[in-house]
Amino acid sequence: MLELASHILDIAENSVRAGASLIEIDIDEDTANDSLSIEIIDNGRGMKQEEMEKVLDPFYTTKTVRRFGLGIPLLADAARRAGGHFKLESQEGKGTTVKATFGLSHMDRQPMGNIISTLIVLIAGNSDVDFFLKHRHNDRRSELDTRIIRKEIEDVPINHPEILKYIRGVLEEGFSEIKPEA
Amino acid sequence: MAKLTIADLKKIKEKVHAEMSLRDGERRVKITVHMGTCGIASGAREVLDTLLQEIAEAKINDIVVTTSGCMGLCSREPLVTVEILNQDPIKYEYMNPNKIRQVFKRHVLDGEIQLPFVLARGAEITK
Repeated sequence: MLELASHILDIAENSVRAGASLIEIDIDEDTANDSLSIEIIDNGRGMKQEEMEKVLDPFYTTKTVRRFGLGIPLLADAARRAGGHFKLESQEGKGTTVKATFGLSHMDRQPMGNIISTLIVLIAGNSDVDFFLKHRHNDRRSELDTRIIRKEIEDVPINHPEILKYIRGVLEEGFSEIKPEA
Repeated sequence: MAKLTIADLKKIKEKVHAEMSLRDGERRVKITVHMGTCGIASGAREVLDTLLQEIAEAKINDIVVTTSGCMGLCSREPLVTVEILNQDPIKYEYMNPNKIRQVFKRHVLDGEIQLPFVLARGAEITK
């Protein structure tokens, strides 16, 4: 993984596989505290205590097609290398929250990369799941909530090319307004 | 440029509705991009993003694009499965933006399977 946006896509795909219907992605850039935090909150099936203890182990996975699961260990390592922390909270039947923090100006912090592409790919590939992006850069904020869009477009599928084009436009506007550093 | 608003979304909805009534809603093709950790790390996101842009440019409505997890062949990622109605699924390996453009134009639109990129024909069986 070369960019944080890829990690976000990967963790959100985990949420999709856990049966989440709503996935919230919070990105928070705080220059004064030199911190970047990324939080992915889902309402999927959650994990048991024993499972939570095992997720940081690269040789633990719930899948049967292969014997390793690298998504979470890779994110935890990326945070650790950039002077940050990784935290996982989960409640069985309620959902899971993954939080990673990074030193914003840390030399080894991976670049954010293309977060717009990550969101578009998530929405297009999982049209039955709602996504809520909250992106903050100091006092500037930008949000995208697919629940609002879905209500407005009624029977038009959210992954229709015209709707995706609209979402891409909204994300690009939000991006140019908050001028992220990461 | 004027800001995009909910009103714009309404206009898009009406436009799409008008177009939908002219076509029947049959789905002719399903394209799955495998989006596991391995796929993402080797560029599956760029492949899917390119595919979405190609579909938008071609202005066609009978294609469903979806994502799935890893299927255990991590070393051959990015993998893409193309399923055309009443035909065997075709799995393409080592995809990248240029290869997916070729697969889209030649296979999905013109029906010619792109043999040099094919990994397998048929569906995988998971234990």
